[in-house]
Amino acid sequence: MIRTLKIILLFFLLTTNALAGSDGKLELSKKNKSTKDCFEPLNRATFALNQGLDKAILKPVAKSYRSLPAPLKKGTGNVLNNLSTLITIPNNVLQGDIKLAAINTGRLVVNSTLGILGIFDPATEMGFPKYIKEDYGQTLGAWGIGPGCYLVLPVLGPSTIRDTAGMFVNVMGGDPYYNISANGNNEYLDGELFAVTKILSGVEFRANNIESLDNLETNSVDFYASVRSLYTQDRENKIKNIQRGNIEVIFKEDSDWEEIDTK
Amino acid sequence: MKRIFILTLFLIISDTNFNFAHSISPDVFIQSTVNRASQVLSKNISKEEKINQLKLIARETVDIRGVGFYSLGAARKDLNYDQKNTYSDLFEKYFLKSFSSRLAEYTNPEIEVKDKELLNKNYTIVRSILVATADRPEVKIDWRVYTKDPNNPLIRDLIIEGLSLARTQKEEFSSILNSNDGDINALFKILKEFSQN
Repeated sequence: MIRTLKIILLFFLLTTNALAGSDGKLELSKKNKSTKDCFEPLNRATFALNQGLDKAILKPVAKSYRSLPAPLKKGTGNVLNNLSTLITIPNNVLQGDIKLAAINTGRLVVNSTLGILGIFDPATEMGFPKYIKEDYGQTLGAWGIGPGCYLVLPVLGPSTIRDTAGMFVNVMGGDPYYNISANGNNEYLDGELFAVTKILSGVEFRANNIESLDNLETNSVDFYASVRSLYTQDRENKIKNIQRGNIEVIFKEDSDWEEIDTK
Repeated sequence: MKRIFILTLFLIISDTNFNFAHSISPDVFIQSTVNRASQVLSKNISKEEKINQLKLIARETVDIRGVGFYSLGAARKDLNYDQKNTYSDLFEKYFLKSFSSRLAEYTNPEIEVKDKELLNKNYTIVRSILVATADRPEVKIDWRVYTKDPNNPLIRDLIIEGLSLARTQKEEFSSILNSNDGDINALFKILKEFSQN
């Protein structure tokens, strides 16, 4: 029953997404991919709630995390990265990048065995290419599905309808770690452990970005809009599967730059 | 006639030499700018003094007016002459405060220019990295350099790990204008308040 509900919700999200950017025309094409902030008042309210939670809970926890010994933080980061390859590999396949899927599978095997459940990262030392995460939201984007409306999710933060739908795929069988821990019948893993790893991922991300986010908040005239812009740009870059800073990204706004004449 | 010819030739040679002597390669320009900023940041002076010196560097090396009008997006076309001037003044104050405060947080950042790519006659992208330290990983920084006047290149955007600061600024201003029914005075007020605080 729950599974059926999830499928209905996912279908609803993707259908809404298709309609959101199309002025009445059903369109799942590569056109019209800009992110609209259709629910801005609600998003701003959720953003304020998240900021409150961040100041009260997440940021202090992230600061404490930063004070842990470096090897412990490094090991934690490695384990989380290793677990994320379980989502990255099927997405490499779905995006038609079989070679990268094979490389990431090799990375997963090496790090899970020689690297003792991913605590160490011998794959990088052995010369595996730099690991780049993929998720189902990116795959939907790579398939030509536009982002739809921008969403701020409680606790989870910035997203879009497409990316939220992508997250649902994880809990519908797309994340092998979720399947084994939350849905599997085994004595070692359970839903609580899954939740802990997800929370740790959030804490790690926050700990790595304390100064940048503080700086951004202090120097923004509209912090909400800044975060929305950075999230959107980051997702665009990831969906294009190009190295960050690639010239294609920089070209994006070129026509507007050409119009500027300050003389 | 011969005298005029020699004089003309002299003027052409002088002008060519002048241009050659003053034309600055965008990558050299960026490296020298970051070196100057880095020197300021590593000085044993107060944060306020650092900010003031960084502002001087920014005034010389950034096309603040250009960045300002880019940030305004389509709304720039609706401004009259007076509003453009008011906006430019307010944006410059806002930009210098925001830019120098962000930069002043860093102590002795080491930036290495890697290469450059010519986009067209007006723009060159200079690629660089902020060298990793024990506390943070390496960061890719690309610089959009406006080269319409090769003798006076100017920075128009910083793209940090693929995220454009100018685009972020533009979307921030657009959001403010949208929330205020496109009233430019609302943006003026916010910029003024930011600069005064």
